[in-house]
Amino acid sequence: MLEVRDLHAGYGRIPILGGVSLQADRGSFVGILGHNGMGKTTLLKTLMGYLPATAGQIRFAGDDITHASTSARARAGLGYVPQGRDIFPTLSVRDNLRMGCLLAKGDERAAMDAALALFPRLTPLLDRPGGALSGGEQQLLALARCLCGGPKLILLDEPTEGIQPSIVEEMVETLKALRRGHQITMLLVEQDLQFIAELADRVLIIQKGAITREVSPAEIADPRLVAEFVGMAG
Amino acid sequence: MSRGFLTSLAAMIVILAALPLTVSLFGLVQATLFIAMATLALSQGFIWGYGGIMSFGQSAFFGLGGYVYAVAAINMGSSTAPFLLAIVLPAAFAALLGYFMFYGRISDAYIGVITLTVTVILFNFANSTAGDVWHIGQAALGGFNGIPSVPPLNMPGHPDMALDPAQLYGVAAVLLVLVYVLLKGLLASRFGRVVVAIRENETRAMLLGYDPRLYKTLTFALGGGIAGLAGCLFTNWGGFVSPTVFGLQEAAQAIIFVLLGGLGTLVGPILGAVAVEYLITIIGTQQTINANLMLGVVLLVFVLLVPKGVLPSLEALLRRISLGHSRAAQQATAEVRP
Amino acid sequence: MTLVPLLQTTGVTMRFGGVTAVDNIDFTVGECELRCLIGPNGAGKSTFFKTLTGQLRPTSGHVLFRGHDITGAPSHEIARLGIGIKTQVPNVFNGLSVRENIFVAAGRGKSIRHARETVDQVLTRLKLTDIANRIVGQLAHGQRQWVEIGTVLAQEPDLILLDEPAAGMTYEEVVRTSELIREINRAQALIVVEHDMQFIRMIARTVTVFNRGRILIEDDVERVLTNQAVRDVYLGKAAA
Repeated sequence: MLEVRDLHAGYGRIPILGGVSLQADRGSFVGILGHNGMGKTTLLKTLMGYLPATAGQIRFAGDDITHASTSARARAGLGYVPQGRDIFPTLSVRDNLRMGCLLAKGDERAAMDAALALFPRLTPLLDRPGGALSGGEQQLLALARCLCGGPKLILLDEPTEGIQPSIVEEMVETLKALRRGHQITMLLVEQDLQFIAELADRVLIIQKGAITREVSPAEIADPRLVAEFVGMAG
Repeated sequence: MSRGFLTSLAAMIVILAALPLTVSLFGLVQATLFIAMATLALSQGFIWGYGGIMSFGQSAFFGLGGYVYAVAAINMGSSTAPFLLAIVLPAAFAALLGYFMFYGRISDAYIGVITLTVTVILFNFANSTAGDVWHIGQAALGGFNGIPSVPPLNMPGHPDMALDPAQLYGVAAVLLVLVYVLLKGLLASRFGRVVVAIRENETRAMLLGYDPRLYKTLTFALGGGIAGLAGCLFTNWGGFVSPTVFGLQEAAQAIIFVLLGGLGTLVGPILGAVAVEYLITIIGTQQTINANLMLGVVLLVFVLLVPKGVLPSLEALLRRISLGHSRAAQQATAEVRP
Repeated sequence: MTLVPLLQTTGVTMRFGGVTAVDNIDFTVGECELRCLIGPNGAGKSTFFKTLTGQLRPTSGHVLFRGHDITGAPSHEIARLGIGIKTQVPNVFNGLSVRENIFVAAGRGKSIRHARETVDQVLTRLKLTDIANRIVGQLAHGQRQWVEIGTVLAQEPDLILLDEPAAGMTYEEVVRTSELIREINRAQALIVVEHDMQFIRMIARTVTVFNRGRILIEDDVERVLTNQAVRDVYLGKAAA
């Protein structure tokens, strides 16, 4: 589904990614673990085309999208839920979802209903402005909005950050259901080890802008082991 | 003391000192105008690029400086006090205006609107001061004709020794360098760092115990004083002052100087002012293209192609070249390694 | 003899239009106390913090800091009295370097030399020395959190408010943060808002739970985390 080969990228003159290679099969759930500043967010941004790749190749569903624009990638079926969620604060929840539906191939109504079926918590909030939702609700909205576009692959950047435990629990259930029902591929950057362990089938460790090893989800249940994998040395 | 600062300072001094030896008197008079405008550019560049205050009406303080000098010089005879007043009064006016804007928590967009309105009001007011009723002491304000025959600066304490054009150039040049050094020093000081920090994040500065309103008011007042000085030099250059000093053209030019030269630098606005004024002079003498039109085109081209301004873009280019070299060198050593 | 508490709020209420975000909160923190504040997203924790720092003026009620009424005082004055905050969304000087960020915080009211010493100490303490000259806007989210914590430390306040300090941090960073908080707590009081229960367990003694703008319960950490009402509104069923 997604194949990344020797990807380089950075901000201005500061290189962040120094040759990332990874691949994600259709319907798989890949977790990415790493220290802050190791390039997790940069990787997602480069995959999404917010940052230009300075070298390497990104293939998505068989096509080379290394130099495609962000909107072209979105149309091709790449969904992105950024850190900080990026909800339109003055638009209602319904309108936020409709923005997501702009990419939907079929009926807007149907896409929205399907998303709401997965996130029943949003249904009573449809007329509220996005900015008036709590952080947890905003995160669910961001996910639902992304789903409205009918993506084949979703890039998730720290969805549990700042979210209360009971909503995190709900998110795990929803994402599991999503995988069973929709065959969506996911690439998840996360610090919450338990969250990753519950969802991912493969976990990649990123260090200094490169994938250094792969571990099984079972292995990351123990934080001490992870500390060893990720490498304490900064 | 950064190397960049010392290099800029040295270059500035050398150019300003060499000019009298290389150009005619007419050229020097022209250069005096450029320096007056460069001082205005410094004012705009400081409050906008470092203070984050977007004033659309620096011409208000520029014009005020010009008028205050003219009126005071006509009334007082000697030029020392008028010169100081031309700095102090615009600064005080800016402090007052800034007080209402910043303590009233006016949003950034409205600060642009308010400053623009103030300069328009001053322009209209100055325009309507024709007739005998309008005079301050012996100085008739003269409506749209302005005030002619403004006494030039004289040697301090010697009202009879007026400066000749070459001397005026010298004074203007020294003042420009002084303002530049003053602003550089200020930016390196704790006050300057807080000013920049407030531009970066007002909330954080406040949560650390700094009162952004006070810092912004002081920054704006200083900018007003510098613009006043520029207006004083401008009046001295022409020997007269008219309401056009408050005009939108002056206001817009100050912004263009900064945009062209580079926001967030001090040398940039100076270069921007000189370049624009030079261009206007050339176009003005040949009379084939409208100067404003040409200026508009130049601005458009720069905003689209060199959005950061000339100086920052140039620096970035130089850095990339030197980085390219060092990276090539690194690669070379890396390849040598087994 | 009763001691004057470091911070005391009585009946603090914050309404936005028809919504009551913070509802009649009576809350007290003593000198050098470490208090954790938990509760669902939208329970009013961050809004409550804003009423303490003067970013919001409470609709009614009072905030006393060492007995002074600081209700609705300007933020910079409250900061000078000795309250520092790391906000939920990082508030840092993005265009400045890490060192400059911390210098601005350390510089108020100190000699330049003393300020520089403070900067060096803070950089070392937070292990930021290696990235001291990097521009903060280019750092990763978690690193910017550290920078913000650094500015708050450099300010040397008597009461430190931390709004989700562990968000976006790796497990080891969370451990380090918890150690740091305990170390800070030797001389300074802290109120910490956090959703990471692992982290809360590492540092907490007394925990206050907010729900719908009110205090649901305030008690010892173990009792709070096993409380049924807290599980219902906040923790969910999986929490131990």
